[in-house]
Amino acid sequence: MHAFWRAFVRNKLALIGGLIVACLVVLAAMAPVLAPWDPNRPDIKRILEPPSKQHWLGTDQIGRDVLSRMLYGSRVSLAVGFVSVGIATAIGILLGAAAGYHGGLVDGSVMRLVDLMLVFPRFFLLLAVLAFLTPSIWTIMAVIGLTGWMGVARLVRAEFLALKEREFVLWSQSIGASATRIIWRHILPNAMGPVLVAMTLGIPAAILTESGLSFLGLGVRPPYATWGNILNEGRDAIELAWWQSLYPGLAILITVLSYNLLGEGIRDALDPRLRQSVGRFGGRRR
Amino acid sequence: MIHLAPGDPTELAGADDPVLQQSVEQMRKLYGLDQPLHVQYLSWLKRVVLLDFGRSFQPDGRPVLDKIRERLPVTLLLNLIEMLIILVIAIPIGVRSATHQYSTFDKVTTLFVFVGFATPDFWLAILLQILFGVHLGWLPMSQLRHPMWEYLPFWRQQWDFASHLILPIAVATFGGLAGFSRYMRQSMLEVIRQDYIQSARAKGLDERKVIGKHALRNALMPIVTILGLSLPGLIGGSVIVETIFAIPGMGLLMVQSVFARDYPVIMGNLVIVSTLTLVANLIADLTYSLVDPRIRVGRRGRR
Amino acid sequence: MKTARLVAVAGIVALVTGCAGDGDRAVESAPMLPSSASEAPAYGDTYIDSLLGDISSLIPTITSDGSSHAVGGLIYSGLVRYDKNLAPEGDLAESWQFSTDCRRLTFRLRQGVRWHDGQPFTADDVVFTWQAIVDPRTPSPYKADYIDVEKVEADGPQTVHVYYRQPYAKALTSWSTWILPRHLLEPYVREGRIREAPQNWNAPVGTGPYRFVSRRAGERIVLVANPDYWEGRPNLSRVVYRVIPSQATTFLELKAKGVDSAALTALQYKRQTDYPAFARAYAKFHYPSNAYTYFGFNLRDPRFADRRVRQAFAHAINKRELIDGVILGLGKEATGPYKPGTWAYTDHVKTYPYDMERARQLLAEAGWTERNADGLLVKDGRPFTFEVLTNQGNDERKKVAEIIQSQLRELGIGVEIRIIEWAALLKEHIRKRRFEAIVLGWGTGIDPDQFVIWHSSQTAPEQMNHIGYANPAADRALEAGRMACVQAERVQYYHRLQEILAEDQPIVFLYFREALPVVSSRIHGIDPGPNGISFNFTKWFVPRQLQRYTAG
Repeated sequence: MHAFWRAFVRNKLALIGGLIVACLVVLAAMAPVLAPWDPNRPDIKRILEPPSKQHWLGTDQIGRDVLSRMLYGSRVSLAVGFVSVGIATAIGILLGAAAGYHGGLVDGSVMRLVDLMLVFPRFFLLLAVLAFLTPSIWTIMAVIGLTGWMGVARLVRAEFLALKEREFVLWSQSIGASATRIIWRHILPNAMGPVLVAMTLGIPAAILTESGLSFLGLGVRPPYATWGNILNEGRDAIELAWWQSLYPGLAILITVLSYNLLGEGIRDALDPRLRQSVGRFGGRRR
Repeated sequence: MIHLAPGDPTELAGADDPVLQQSVEQMRKLYGLDQPLHVQYLSWLKRVVLLDFGRSFQPDGRPVLDKIRERLPVTLLLNLIEMLIILVIAIPIGVRSATHQYSTFDKVTTLFVFVGFATPDFWLAILLQILFGVHLGWLPMSQLRHPMWEYLPFWRQQWDFASHLILPIAVATFGGLAGFSRYMRQSMLEVIRQDYIQSARAKGLDERKVIGKHALRNALMPIVTILGLSLPGLIGGSVIVETIFAIPGMGLLMVQSVFARDYPVIMGNLVIVSTLTLVANLIADLTYSLVDPRIRVGRRGRR
Repeated sequence: MKTARLVAVAGIVALVTGCAGDGDRAVESAPMLPSSASEAPAYGDTYIDSLLGDISSLIPTITSDGSSHAVGGLIYSGLVRYDKNLAPEGDLAESWQFSTDCRRLTFRLRQGVRWHDGQPFTADDVVFTWQAIVDPRTPSPYKADYIDVEKVEADGPQTVHVYYRQPYAKALTSWSTWILPRHLLEPYVREGRIREAPQNWNAPVGTGPYRFVSRRAGERIVLVANPDYWEGRPNLSRVVYRVIPSQATTFLELKAKGVDSAALTALQYKRQTDYPAFARAYAKFHYPSNAYTYFGFNLRDPRFADRRVRQAFAHAINKRELIDGVILGLGKEATGPYKPGTWAYTDHVKTYPYDMERARQLLAEAGWTERNADGLLVKDGRPFTFEVLTNQGNDERKKVAEIIQSQLRELGIGVEIRIIEWAALLKEHIRKRRFEAIVLGWGTGIDPDQFVIWHSSQTAPEQMNHIGYANPAADRALEAGRMACVQAERVQYYHRLQEILAEDQPIVFLYFREALPVVSSRIHGIDPGPNGISFNFTKWFVPRQLQRYTAG
């Protein structure tokens, strides 16, 4: 752990990424305190005002404060990121562990399922699923999670295959420990490193996906303000009110960038060898 | 006529009562919803294999396959060009930043990679539209052809078509480029560290030859697989790019079908896109086994 | 081309003389419009229009989407059409005559009209069009216009008699429907496969001013002037429609001169087009549209069944603020379902000025007096919260919902907004009556007959009175207005209807927005009036020296 920390701190970019992520989490958590205005309160006397002392990032098309909306939007982004990646990780671990531990038919079928899922271009799959569901923030989270577990499953499986033959596992089996116990107590903790990395790199991917969906008008909907929504609404007035398009875009960019730096930093610090297997296209998987 | 108006921004089709009513019945019949489950599934599978996705719910009621057929070439073309461009640019960048590790060039490209990963493509797209389409006026910013395309001379036609592709392709390649150059760099780094490269260098072989001939070939092999693997991502990106640039391809068709709840088209689209990805992956696998005879097809799990 | 003629696919009585209303101040800025008609029209040039969605059908009779109607309107003609002042005039029909009991309508058709494929147009085509629409297997949204038709008969090639079971006020204008070619479509209609006819996809044949040339799915449609058009060849030699599925992109294209015409959003119109270069390149128009936006309730819900609650909402919603906020003032407050300035409209109805005190008082009378910890009104232990639905893709309505949400919150009422794709909203919520409140719009056409919206017999799942409104007095007014065939007589019924609706507030009528088209200033001959701008499209022209697309 100590070595990890030292390696991590030495990586300046990763450190900056981590700090920004921490800031973002704090900002999101404190949004109700920090937001200078009610994010959903229209004020038609202040339509599309440029950034000023009262409205640091200007106002939108019905006079709502863009800064406050972005603060609340960061909550949605983070929530979508964390929850959907949580779902994906849970499924990935479950299936990956089962496949890696049991091998044989279980392994075969899980891996075929993974292959099948990977064949679908994710954005197409997301849209197809959304067409059958009632839209809500929960649906979006669930759908992004349900279409994003394959990487984790593979990782966990690979770790299992590698760890299964190791002495402490063989020893546990010889004294008759149950499969569940072995998986949970012995193998999983060892596999958590790469999973953590995959999660850190999965969050920005989920945030990008959500903002893309929201931009198309198929993502998270009012009353929630999201960065993608704000951008979508700003499109109509992009030349008139650049602040409504510029800032949410930058927010997405910075957030995703920070998570990616953090994730890569963790990965490098954990084990330089992991570079080859984890989260290669972490930032983007449509 | 009195109508419930969806309102101007998207006067969507398929809104009429009788049409929708008919489509519900049509769907029940098409998917045989009155049949037992296994019968339903089998017959659906059979139709998928025969590429019979039924007819669109839209008032044109055309066969889904026809709709897809006229939209497929554009999407394929865009993705092929994107892939080529990514390869052509990413490989030299990757090689150079590997051979000049920790140089300024390497640092700049690393930064570029991270920013490329993080830039929302829809945001980039609208920024480029405004910059090149409106302010500079250099490039067309939507669709594929000039409105009067048919009446242009041949070479003007070609240029016109190409110029319409520049912005969408720039947006679509931006993110992919980042990933690929990064991968190329790592692949190259690993190869360079290998013994045989080191010994070739030690023997005093020309550095260019070492890199260009021995190292590069070995570093390129995994790229083939990555190419196949990243294809779904690339094609998925078509949804956003086509929507913003009003390009009538599979991505835009998908979005519009979702808005119109045109289920036969949605399902058909998904099946076709996935099949294409599958085929592309198979091609990648085959290529890989050709490049590297040590690998037998099929044994290699995709990792 | 988008608005007036097409929304107008029905509804006005023979005796209308045209009511200019405020329509005659439709031009806001049109610097290059010719000051007189003295300029000789020139033939040539291509007009590039924009569509927000691809056309879904080239037989517009079976669809209701705006794009198909815009394109279809140039390819096909009806028996009658609306002139500049919204009075019906002959199109394919030279003249018409009602029998004294208003139950028989006779059309004299124009001679020598030919279909685009050269076949003569005859009375049989009219009979066929009627048969095609009422055929149960034809998915047409226009069937309701022909319910009262007993039969349609050809009397020689140039005469058509239409027999009605009872007098029907919209009898004449319902024949502005597009006449279809019998010689091409009959087999398809007979087999119930009209959608599969090639004429529906890429070979439409009409009698209108433009002929179909080609289309690229999702990209564009090309039309060319019909030299045999009965009114003479139109001046603009070609029309190209570009499909650009976003108003933001369309606007950028407009600025880059990639399209000649577009319908603007209020924000674009008011705040992004006021610079000299734009004013030189485009003429801006505005005129009240035939559609209003409303805040409606499911009246089966006991909370909304109480009229006092609805009236309280009407008082609590600041319509002026709504219009200023959502469409930057480019609209008119609605007091009922009729556009101010039209012949059926009256302003002698109960109005609901913005008055929160009065609203609170009305709610208290309805039993909403207590408040919970969140400041929400509570009755029988339940807080007053509900969900308002509106459709995806319409920013205007989203803004309306958001402003209403904030205004009702002040009353102590919690509103949640949910935005759903149009197709799903219609199918899963409106039709199944699974909604509490909605923000939507009615496109009302020109005739004031709104039987299908308000009559208590029209509340079945497939019908349009989805809010479930039932008031015997309103029913009587609707029936009488629909069956009277003299306008002077109808006026009183519709005034009565407006009084009832204003008192009842079955929905809160919000506003009529303005249509905001812009057209390239090189186009001359535009003659704006109460019927908008596109009714005389065939007379538009570009003077020789201004023509831009001369190739081909």
